[in-house]
Amino acid sequence: MAHGSKLMALNSQRMSILLPTGQPRIESMRMINITKRFPGVLANDKVNFDVKAGEIHALLGENGAGKSTLMRQLGGLYRPDGGEIHLDGKPVQFKSPADSIQRGIGMIHQHFMLVPTLTVAENVALGLPSSRGLQLDLDKVSQKIEKLAQRYGLKIHPDAYVWQLSVGEQQRVEIMKALYRGAALLALDEPTAVLTPQEVDDLFKVLRGMAADGHALIFISHKLHEIIDISHRVTVMRDSKVVATHPTAGSTKTQLAREMVGREVILQYDKTPYKPGAAMLRIEDLVVMGDRGQKAVHDVSLIVREGEIFGIAGVSGNGQRELAEALTGLRPVQTGRVVVAGQELTHAKPAQRIAAGQSAIPEERMREGVVKEFSVSENLILQDHGHEPYSRNIFLNFDAIAKESKRLIDEFRVKTPSAETPIKNLSGGNIQKVIMAREINRKPRVLICAQPTRGVDIGASEYIHQRLLEQRSAGTATLLISEDLDELLALSDRIAVMFDGKIMSIIDRDKATVERLGLLMAGVKA
Amino acid sequence: MSQVRRIVNTSFETLLPVVGVIVALIIGAFMLLALGANPITAYGALIEGAFGSQYSFMQTLVKATPLLLVGLGVCIAFRGGVINIGGEGQIIVGGLGATAIALALPNLPGVLLLPLALIAGIISGAIWGGIPGVLKARLGVNEILTTIMMNAIAQQLSNFLLRGPMIDPKEVLAKTYLPQSAQVPEQAWLMRLLPPTLLHLGTILAVVLAIGVFVFLWRTIIGYRIRAVGLNPSAAKYAGINVPTYQALALVLGGAFAGLAGAVEVLGVSHRMLDGVSGGYGFSGIVTALFGKLHPLGSIPASVLFGSLLVGADKMQRAVQVPASLIQVLLGLVVIFVVSSDIWVRRRASKRQTNG
Ligand SMILES: Nc1ncnc2c1ncn2[C@@H]1O[C@H](COP(=O)(O)OP(=O)(O)O)[C@@H](O)[C@H]1O
Ligand SMILES: [Mg+2]
Repeated sequence: MAHGSKLMALNSQRMSILLPTGQPRIESMRMINITKRFPGVLANDKVNFDVKAGEIHALLGENGAGKSTLMRQLGGLYRPDGGEIHLDGKPVQFKSPADSIQRGIGMIHQHFMLVPTLTVAENVALGLPSSRGLQLDLDKVSQKIEKLAQRYGLKIHPDAYVWQLSVGEQQRVEIMKALYRGAALLALDEPTAVLTPQEVDDLFKVLRGMAADGHALIFISHKLHEIIDISHRVTVMRDSKVVATHPTAGSTKTQLAREMVGREVILQYDKTPYKPGAAMLRIEDLVVMGDRGQKAVHDVSLIVREGEIFGIAGVSGNGQRELAEALTGLRPVQTGRVVVAGQELTHAKPAQRIAAGQSAIPEERMREGVVKEFSVSENLILQDHGHEPYSRNIFLNFDAIAKESKRLIDEFRVKTPSAETPIKNLSGGNIQKVIMAREINRKPRVLICAQPTRGVDIGASEYIHQRLLEQRSAGTATLLISEDLDELLALSDRIAVMFDGKIMSIIDRDKATVERLGLLMAGVKA
Repeated sequence: MSQVRRIVNTSFETLLPVVGVIVALIIGAFMLLALGANPITAYGALIEGAFGSQYSFMQTLVKATPLLLVGLGVCIAFRGGVINIGGEGQIIVGGLGATAIALALPNLPGVLLLPLALIAGIISGAIWGGIPGVLKARLGVNEILTTIMMNAIAQQLSNFLLRGPMIDPKEVLAKTYLPQSAQVPEQAWLMRLLPPTLLHLGTILAVVLAIGVFVFLWRTIIGYRIRAVGLNPSAAKYAGINVPTYQALALVLGGAFAGLAGAVEVLGVSHRMLDGVSGGYGFSGIVTALFGKLHPLGSIPASVLFGSLLVGADKMQRAVQVPASLIQVLLGLVVIFVVSSDIWVRRRASKRQTNG
């Protein structure tokens, strides 16, 4: 391959050990005092980070800590404002992603960059010169893919179309792309966020194999148990700085959480005893169509009782979004029934559901939860502005709005300069607290809650979880849709697993384990 | 440092419309040169024509009045996330409605007839804006297309009425057949404030309404909903607000203000329905509102600025013998510069974010 031989020529003056892919190893990569500024944000503040051949170095930090920014500078997407990057002891500069790939660095981003209408082989070969000049050499590409796939245990078929692949498979294609292009160092930005527990296990096998072969690996996550499981060393980032770098062996979850958040964190909640009351949300044989006209929700039946948190687990795209949209009146129900607090609301408009005592926390926080340009207090009255105390006759009552806003901001510990600040200036966690404050303040009988802590930092997540448990004690019936198994296990009383639009099984909390849920999430009936 | 930069950025942003005007005038100067006219003489005449005397300045305010009224409607519509291009047609039907009522009830006293005629104009415009509103709410028909089509229908309706049922009987007697209505009864006229200038009560009404629209949009339940629907229809829907209803309402209100502009032109200036009563205000009003950053109070100075351009244009035309439509070109250039520099500023901001 022309590309590979160029790379070899580049390194031929050095005596390098070759990887099984035929590429020279990167013995060491060091990022020294890396500083990166965005308007009004210091994203990386004199960050030091290094990784060696054969090592898996984890980068741990809350959302917004600056992990992705650091990696994007290694990948040539951003240029550092200060500091240096050294490869095998020599300073280098990456002017573009192509530059960085040329030097043997591979990136798996949070969002995949594949063409769905092309095959795996075509995606891998895309942008690379062919060995036959103008003629395609896809057969050779396929052969090489199969060889690499076997070597690293990456289960993929070169001839499959990308649109047919699951998210986990697409991720393997991205890894294949990087390996094919000669990556000696591979950085994976939150690769497990989209995977089932079993897929995570498979990925970890691949990563361990790569490390054993002499690849240098950077693994980014904010999930503590994964870091402990896979990495040799861990670097913790907080507020754009590195707060610690140490071997992973001997570290505990509690210690890592403390380093990441900067204070003690509760990983286990105290739950009041489970005392379910009357059925508040009753879903019967619900069928909802998806955007492509398929049955996205397929004969789903369940009952959520007073004082109960009913969890719905599943890999995203298995009908959870459509279920939540149907329950909030955004998507029509095909057949079946929805009854809220004794009132049939199958085809009701959002306003009727709110009037019936249902609150909802939308998955798409910025799109459906808030009006970005509105102030915090304007967002706090999005549903209830039409009646007392927020308005009198036709006029909004600004005194009452200010008073209530202040109370809710204090009570929910929303960090904001003022109630008049546009909500888009707040962090994700604080925006979510505003939504929670608004929805809980209505004293709901039923709470539909989708991905409440996705993209929210640990401190705020912890607080949101406590509030959900408080609602449980107060008798609210909560339907908690989440992709985060830790969250579901920590909060739910019963857990249903959705796969392909159907409910695979409903399990009591004390019988639910990560393994069992994981199998069900992958569609395997236990 | 960043503080300074922020202040510079903010003042830069507020100055941007002014810069847009200046750049448009500079380009206009080259066009004047190309037409063989001296730009300094031309612009001198323009300023003189708009502000040179009490009479000319009052004339500027008279022209600013319909611009402001139409602009207020545009503010409401755009804030509600709907685009109203139908100002022209709404002005026409507003003028027709006011004229018809005033002519039909000539014996009513002014305290009744004037408000009735104004209300007739408002309702006519509201219906003209409401038809696209309902079509959008019920069938999802694009309001840009329908409001434009409603302009054509209004124009034909006016052609028919002013040449047929509503034509001034004197025109028929004199066999001149000018397409205009009879003069409306004097008690229905909007009071002249500073005779002999043409300044009339409608100007004050427009300013009061600008304050009213401000209160409406930012202090009332309905105004809040219109803004929520305009900024984020998904979130508004999720919160239980009936999005199509409020979009339709925004179009109805937009039409009502343009209809009022038509009524005010008839009752305050021409005192009869004329063929060209809309005079391009339906479009210039959009420019006015955009220039005022879609804020009802910002629309007040914007309307004076564009009013002065319209009045000054006549004088400029006479001074250097160029078509007055050059002013329309200048207005267009101002819009292009104001809107595109706005986009440019935002692009620059987001670009700086990614490249540092
Ligand atoms: N392109 C960008 N423009 C402006 N700010 C950014 C950009 N990318 C990241 N940031 C900011 O930099 C900080 C670090 O973000 P990021 O590196 O994405 O964090 P992480 O990956 O650890 O969650 C955040 O405050 C984020 O808002
Ligand atoms: Mg990130």
